[in-house]
Amino acid sequence: MRLSPLWQRRLAVFAAHRRGRASLAIFAVVFVVSMAANFIANDKPLLLDYQGRFYVPAVQFIPETTFGTQFLPTEADFTNPTIKAVINAHGWALWPPIPYSYDTIVWDAGPVAPSPPSWRNWLGTDEVSRDVLARVIYGLRLSILFGFGLTIVASAVGIIAGAVQGFYGGLTDLLFQRFIEIWSGMPQLFLLIILASIIAPSFWVLLLFLLLFSWMSLTGVVRAEFLRARNLDYVRAAKALGVPDWRIMLRHMLPNAMIATLTFLPFILSDSVTVLASLDFLGFGMPPGSPSLGELVAEAKNNLQAPWLAFTAFATLGGVLILLIFIGEAVRDAFDPRKTQ
Amino acid sequence: MSLLSVANLTLKAGARTLVDNVSFSVAAGETLAIVGESGSGKTLSALSVLDLLPPGVTRAGGVVMLDNINVATANRAQIHEIRGGTAGIIFQEPLSSLNPLQRVGKQVAEAMTLHGKFSKTSLRDKVKSLLAEVGLPDADRIADSYPHLLSGGQRQRIMIAIALANDPKLLIADEPTTALDVTLEKQILDLIAAAQKARGLGVLLITHNLSLVRRYAQRVLVLDAGNPIESNTTDQIFANPTQPQTKRLLAARNMAPPPDVPNAPVILTAQNLIVKFPVLRGALRRKVGEVAAVDDVSFSLHAGETLGLVGESGSGKSTIGLALLRLINFQGNVSLGGVNLATLPKSKLRAMRAQIQIVFQDPYGSLAPRLTIEDIIAEGLTIHQPGLNAAQRREKVAATLNDVGLPADSLNRYPHEFSGGQRQRIAIARALILEPKILVLDEPTSALDVTVQAEILALLRSLQARHNIAYLFISHDLRVIRALAHRVIVLKSGKIVELAAASSVFNNPAAAYTKTLLAASGLQ
Repeated sequence: MRLSPLWQRRLAVFAAHRRGRASLAIFAVVFVVSMAANFIANDKPLLLDYQGRFYVPAVQFIPETTFGTQFLPTEADFTNPTIKAVINAHGWALWPPIPYSYDTIVWDAGPVAPSPPSWRNWLGTDEVSRDVLARVIYGLRLSILFGFGLTIVASAVGIIAGAVQGFYGGLTDLLFQRFIEIWSGMPQLFLLIILASIIAPSFWVLLLFLLLFSWMSLTGVVRAEFLRARNLDYVRAAKALGVPDWRIMLRHMLPNAMIATLTFLPFILSDSVTVLASLDFLGFGMPPGSPSLGELVAEAKNNLQAPWLAFTAFATLGGVLILLIFIGEAVRDAFDPRKTQ
Repeated sequence: MSLLSVANLTLKAGARTLVDNVSFSVAAGETLAIVGESGSGKTLSALSVLDLLPPGVTRAGGVVMLDNINVATANRAQIHEIRGGTAGIIFQEPLSSLNPLQRVGKQVAEAMTLHGKFSKTSLRDKVKSLLAEVGLPDADRIADSYPHLLSGGQRQRIMIAIALANDPKLLIADEPTTALDVTLEKQILDLIAAAQKARGLGVLLITHNLSLVRRYAQRVLVLDAGNPIESNTTDQIFANPTQPQTKRLLAARNMAPPPDVPNAPVILTAQNLIVKFPVLRGALRRKVGEVAAVDDVSFSLHAGETLGLVGESGSGKSTIGLALLRLINFQGNVSLGGVNLATLPKSKLRAMRAQIQIVFQDPYGSLAPRLTIEDIIAEGLTIHQPGLNAAQRREKVAATLNDVGLPADSLNRYPHEFSGGQRQRIAIARALILEPKILVLDEPTSALDVTVQAEILALLRSLQARHNIAYLFISHDLRVIRALAHRVIVLKSGKIVELAAASSVFNNPAAAYTKTLLAASGLQ
């Protein structure tokens, strides 16, 4: 596919934006590392050679009975010294660089938890004596996935809502606008607290609930763009051709609204990450024990004597948000027609 | 010694030459017209007289002498004296030339106080007498109005008043009437001519409209792509053009009427069309009444003929076109091949849409900017002939492109890569590919240069002859209508003033309004 000169210009502006480009590169690395969390921080070996047969415990269910009839048919606990000894006697195991998962309790970290950074726990352990680095990597994965999920679904709903309002205008637009005004006035946090007392929030429940209120961020922009475009001659010409409404919206009008949408996306993404972290911090977010950045902040607040927790929480959360904002600024500049290289 | 003399003017933007070695002069009391297509450098040549060149454009050579002052070497004070003092200028679009936040009286007064020739006490009277001179007798009310309260013609009169405020010796009129209706056009130019007579002004008229040149200019300079082509008296130019570019310009405005179509069957009848728009008032936008944009209009269209629809802006001619396609709500009946479009349910209407298609005025706004030419033209096929596969569709699109005179390699390009005339051909191809019986042409040529206009009209005529399509041709330009229409409807305020064969409308108009229109456009 050949890019139009406009897109070539935008890419050139983005590429010339050094801060944005560097942020995108760093974010890409963080993204890849966190997506591969299972293979970087895990309490199961990546590869296992036991009595001449190969196993991949990181993705495979391996019952303990594999290693001898005296064990139970439950999943093997590779941190168990007995099992370790059996494996070492009949083969070898390849461990990930961080041999802890987010919920692995490190029994021998130190006399007190949280314990300070050491050669084995690079960022120390938290108050339940879990490895902080492992939790950060898993926490990033959760935050980024949640952020992307919320952003994509909320944007899709918002774009559709804005498109319908702008395209049909008139009474549809009027009623929809009043509905949005009322809906955006709802006290989101209180509703969430009430919800948390009724059902235990999980990843999907939270995603769905936050979606109820976050879809409105793009509606206004898309609606304005559609209101402008609905009277343009090419939309009229398409109507005269008998093109169905949905097809006019999709093929003729949406591409124009995409500029505004793309510009907003990185900012919506960073908002979503912030929202999840703040809910976790308050204790209304993910279930206890989940690897979440907000929970790390809460632990840091409860253990001021362990500054490595606060430092890690601040650096991780702040770093991700700054990266997203910088990328967002570069995207915004790239789409700004007044900006020259 | 002439009032203004420009010798060997060359203007450049970077390495590109925009105006190449142009010379002209204007004497007091004389009108020189500079004509040419867009991009020919006529406006730039005029702006260089006031040293108002846009940034990036530089004067590479030539001498501009205005009232014995060399503009190139003049100091700032002299330039200020020239701008608005020695020379006044009127621009094309009066709405954007006036400050929307100030009363027009103040804007006229400001032009005077800048040059300090009037005491403050006499300013108001002077403004009033100026407004009276430019044909705004209700001077007190007009002077206290904001620009948006005035009509286009009134605004242009204000612009003339500002230009005349300091008794200039030269008046530069840069396409002063392009944004106005024909009848207003005549009034404004008559006004300029009267001011010229009364004050002995030299007038530099920049236009692409040759009929204005013929009526108002003594001498003509023809520019083409920055080069001076021909300069002579108006009579000589029109009687004996020597250069091919000039001949092309002149030929473009005189196209012969189309050949007759005898005994063609009626394919569309519109009965008692009424389109009403609500009048909304107050904070709650309550409906307080209705205006009828189209008021009880009936006509019929024969196969293969062109029905011209003429009228000033606001006469409802475009509204009729939109109503025929049922793109807006209307009352009345539209019968196409025995089917009443007005009452047809939406699902059946879609199939009928292949038979009646539309081409819009603005070639820039009527093509979706992010679709390729193939996507744009093939869109109708995917709706109306879903059985075709991609290869068959592509073949049909290529054939239609060829039909409208576009190269086959246009398929994968985007609209912004094409000129206005080419875009209009694409819009025609989009309508044509469905093989419609009727094509509504809503001012398809009014955004184009005269020569391009002539090419599009020739294309439309040959398409009509080949495919036997009926046209409903909407235009405010009688010259274009004459080149295409077999019958003409003259419309005023939503009502039909005259409906007759083209020859009788142009040679023997019955209604007084038709006569006014013909006189204003210089056809009678």
